Amino acid sequence: MSELAQALDTLARRRLGGDAATGLARMTAGATQEIWRFMLVKDGAETPLILRRAPGGDRVSESATGLEIEASLMEAAEAAGVPVPHVKWVLTPDDGIGHGFVMAFVEGETLGGRIARGEAFAEARKVLTRQCGEALAAIHRIDPAAFPTLKRVTPLEFVTQYRDGYLASNWPRPVFDLAFRWLLDRCPPPPENPRLVHGDFRNGNIMVGPDGLRAVLDWELAHVADPMEDMGWICANSWRFGVEDKPVGGFGLREELWAGYEAAGGEKVDPERALFWEVFGSLRWGVMCCGMANSFRTADPSVERAVIARRTSETEIDLLRLLAA
Amino acid sequence: MQDQPTPSEILGAVARFLKEVVVAETKGATSFNVRVAANALEMMRRQLDTAPAAEAAELASLKALLGIENEDEGGDLATLNAELARRLGAGELDLKTPGVADHLWATTLAKLSVDQPTYWGYRAALAERAAPTET
Repeated sequence: MSELAQALDTLARRRLGGDAATGLARMTAGATQEIWRFMLVKDGAETPLILRRAPGGDRVSESATGLEIEASLMEAAEAAGVPVPHVKWVLTPDDGIGHGFVMAFVEGETLGGRIARGEAFAEARKVLTRQCGEALAAIHRIDPAAFPTLKRVTPLEFVTQYRDGYLASNWPRPVFDLAFRWLLDRCPPPPENPRLVHGDFRNGNIMVGPDGLRAVLDWELAHVADPMEDMGWICANSWRFGVEDKPVGGFGLREELWAGYEAAGGEKVDPERALFWEVFGSLRWGVMCCGMANSFRTADPSVERAVIARRTSETEIDLLRLLAA
Repeated sequence: MQDQPTPSEILGAVARFLKEVVVAETKGATSFNVRVAANALEMMRRQLDTAPAAEAAELASLKALLGIENEDEGGDLATLNAELARRLGAGELDLKTPGVADHLWATTLAKLSVDQPTYWGYRAALAERAAPTET
């Protein structure tokens, strides 16, 4: 039995109210997080659980909020009515597994292309957009004061931060400069009511079943900012998986998203501000991609990393279609 | 003069070998990464085939946009692109400036034809530009 399996077995008895942990299997080889699945055995019955932890137990990525905060965000989200996997246990140093937490296993699909186009999700797609709007309204109801360590960013700071990231890549992309100029000329003032935003709410980070939205995942980029940022990000071209007439993640219309959001108590959506964040979304993803060239040369010289860096131009054509069609 | 087959032809052969033989005889992550590697080789083959002509046209277009009349002046592609980027970022040039939109479209389409010729946004852009809506 591996060291981790052994530690989880002990955790099952000490913290999770079970008799044993079995069947440990790695789910993803994520660069920023490890995800493991295991079975909690109790009176002969097995319940699947998920362990999410920092790579190797304790390496912490720079941009992430930290797994303990991620767990408390999910707990607050659950209390606010957002579908999330229930957090069972946040790891402590004497659990001997590093940083992370154990949560319920939720059955469903996260692959964006299948959610946008798969036959199995045809019924789900009819309700998914509205459910996303409702989930976002619930997220934006969470009191940001409960999370004093999360980053507070104004729209101008956010745009400037990504512009600096682009400039640091030291490779001219005139379309990016055009888009940054466009954004700076239209930058909304700091929001009157900054809200807790998920920060990465998109097709790819939601768990969907045949019946619709089952869980909102990957809370590590959460921060406190303009709530419309989340509304724009899910509409960015990069998450439409080829379904162009469905701007919301390749499965819905903006108006459906906004209607679900407003009906669930979210503030009235200003289409111009939503467009600002949609353009920013494409550019933000572009800056993330162009940073991959540097990662390739330093941290991860894999072919896959090199090829992802070459996907930056996808966002350049997306931006041109938004701004110069 | 270097010999034939050309780099483009040899890269194409290696990519085919990876896809047709090695993918089938490997599994899991290795098989996936072989496919990624073959795609990367095909990307480089497209770049070898098309970049020289596309970049010569880009250089001429950049000089025209930036008002550089003497052919030997202005610097290389990187320098001129950095200057165009700076002027766009500063708002000294924008989409209303004659030639800017055409230049950005031409260079971006050329980039996509190498990097991601199957990207749906690129296919859509090509279709839109082939049949522009009436204004």
